[in-house]
Amino acid sequence: MSKRRVIPGFGLSLGFTVTWLSLIILIPLAALFLKAAGVGWDQWKTLLTDPRVLAATRLTFGVSAAAAAVSMVLGLLVTWVLVRYSFPGRRLLDAMVDLPFALPTAVAGITLTAIYGKSGWIGSRIAASAAWVRDTWQPGGWIGEQVKTWAEFGAAYSSFGIFIALTFIGFPFVVRTLQPVMEDLGKEIEEAAATLGAGRWTVFRRVVLPLFVPALITGFTLAFARAIGEYGSVIFISGNLPMKTEILPLLIVSQLEQFNYGAAAVIAAMMLIISFALLLVINLLQRRLDWQNR
Amino acid sequence: MSDPREVTTESRPVRIALITAAVAVLLLFLLLPLFAVFAEALRRGWEVFMASLTEEAALSAIKLTLLAAAVSVPLNTLFGLSAAWLVTRFRFKGRALLISLIDLPFAVSPVIAGLVWVMIFGSKGWLPPATLEHLLAPFATVASAAAESENFGGLFEGLAAWLKDPKFIFSTPGIIIATVFITFPFVARELIPLMEAQGADQEEAAVTLGAGGWRIFWRVTLPNIKWGLLYGVLLCNARAMGEFGAVSVVSGHIRGKTNTLPLHIEVLYNEYQFSAAFACATLLALLALVTLGLKSVLERISGHAAAGKH
Repeated sequence: MSKRRVIPGFGLSLGFTVTWLSLIILIPLAALFLKAAGVGWDQWKTLLTDPRVLAATRLTFGVSAAAAAVSMVLGLLVTWVLVRYSFPGRRLLDAMVDLPFALPTAVAGITLTAIYGKSGWIGSRIAASAAWVRDTWQPGGWIGEQVKTWAEFGAAYSSFGIFIALTFIGFPFVVRTLQPVMEDLGKEIEEAAATLGAGRWTVFRRVVLPLFVPALITGFTLAFARAIGEYGSVIFISGNLPMKTEILPLLIVSQLEQFNYGAAAVIAAMMLIISFALLLVINLLQRRLDWQNR
Repeated sequence: MSDPREVTTESRPVRIALITAAVAVLLLFLLLPLFAVFAEALRRGWEVFMASLTEEAALSAIKLTLLAAAVSVPLNTLFGLSAAWLVTRFRFKGRALLISLIDLPFAVSPVIAGLVWVMIFGSKGWLPPATLEHLLAPFATVASAAAESENFGGLFEGLAAWLKDPKFIFSTPGIIIATVFITFPFVARELIPLMEAQGADQEEAAVTLGAGGWRIFWRVTLPNIKWGLLYGVLLCNARAMGEFGAVSVVSGHIRGKTNTLPLHIEVLYNEYQFSAAFACATLLALLALVTLGLKSVLERISGHAAAGKH
């Protein structure tokens, strides 16, 4: 610090900020990790190889990744249309993109279940189509299982339902990350590419899309991170069947309800470690991409 | 290609196809739930709807939700102002780390945000109720004495009662503290980029003119950041009132006592009282709509470009 601080309030704001941060965030998280560390290595091993925990981990991370990926594709489409074209109702729709942020998760949960459940507006159609597929082609294996569940319950009580909820939650992250980048993009490079004889699709794929990659990755990461921890919007539509549609946060809650504090802390610590590591890796990746694009 | 504009946009049929697809996604996927909330709530008529909103458990849930927001939003607004002042007006070691730590709650599952408090204040936690009672005993005595005083006694009654039996888990303070955790970064997150972009020139000028710290804050900084601040407070409030996972872990679902509105909705839903559950959900859906409306207004006033910063 070579320059003297002219503006007052350094000590006060530092003291207040660090104290509040420690009291509300750091000490509680440390307490959780301490509790998790305290249960001993053996219990960690037993817990982390427990089939129910493994199934929940696979489901949570797998469906979250799939939902974030689909959010990315849908987000790209919607952002492109909102930024590039003008049509009646555009501003209203633009404002509505944030609905999943603003709608409390419990409300989203019960509502999505009502829509995609067997008697819902969309769920009834899914159930009818699935029943038709089941009776016509009688698919076997994993797909057959899924189709049977859909025919019986619509999209609810299956991993497909979880996927729908997580896509709903993750979608605005992609749009809101991509939008400023797309708005700032001048038309010059597209004109240049067109002058050089590139068709519209080539321009999009080879010139424009690469510029969106860092923002798309950030959007994916934010949606993914949010999806991993998501609870309220998922538990209603998932049906919470152990080994099948039980997500990690729900597993924590059920451990807690059986007063297995240690087990709940271990699962939570594992989730936090994986989420933090993922965010770190993707941040580093993104920094590289940003740097390459400069 | 007669129209020069055509070079940087798609052909008309492609454009129409893309717009149709995007609008379909937005309407059928994003907006349908909003309509469904109201449709389901009114399915069994207006009377059932009103009855579900005015029953005692619903009213107490509304009260608790308002209380949790009324405590956590001001606290985190204060924190946001302090944190933003700190990291945008000063350069110091550990600044980057501090900024990442402020964002930490975004990477934490709501369930874990509740769990950490159970680990501290739960019956098997680091500070179980018995220990807490012991630690707070001197304060309890003072508060009881204050509660018995003639003039302001009433103000201290609640505090005195709580200090005699200090419980966080399965009680209101636990719900408040979990909400504080969840809404922790919202205001800071809005203010930091805004104050960084504005720079410290005006504050420095005020210093040279002899203004003190508080005066600079009230007269120079606050007028500059008021819309951004309001924006942050708005998002913070929406999350505080709608939080489900974190409060669900600490609340214990005691009906009429520790249920917030989202928890009350869950209880009703699990009891198959769907119309009542959706009736209560309409309140939160309205909150979401009001939040979105005000947000658009604020964005228009301040020229704030909505970036994915949630």
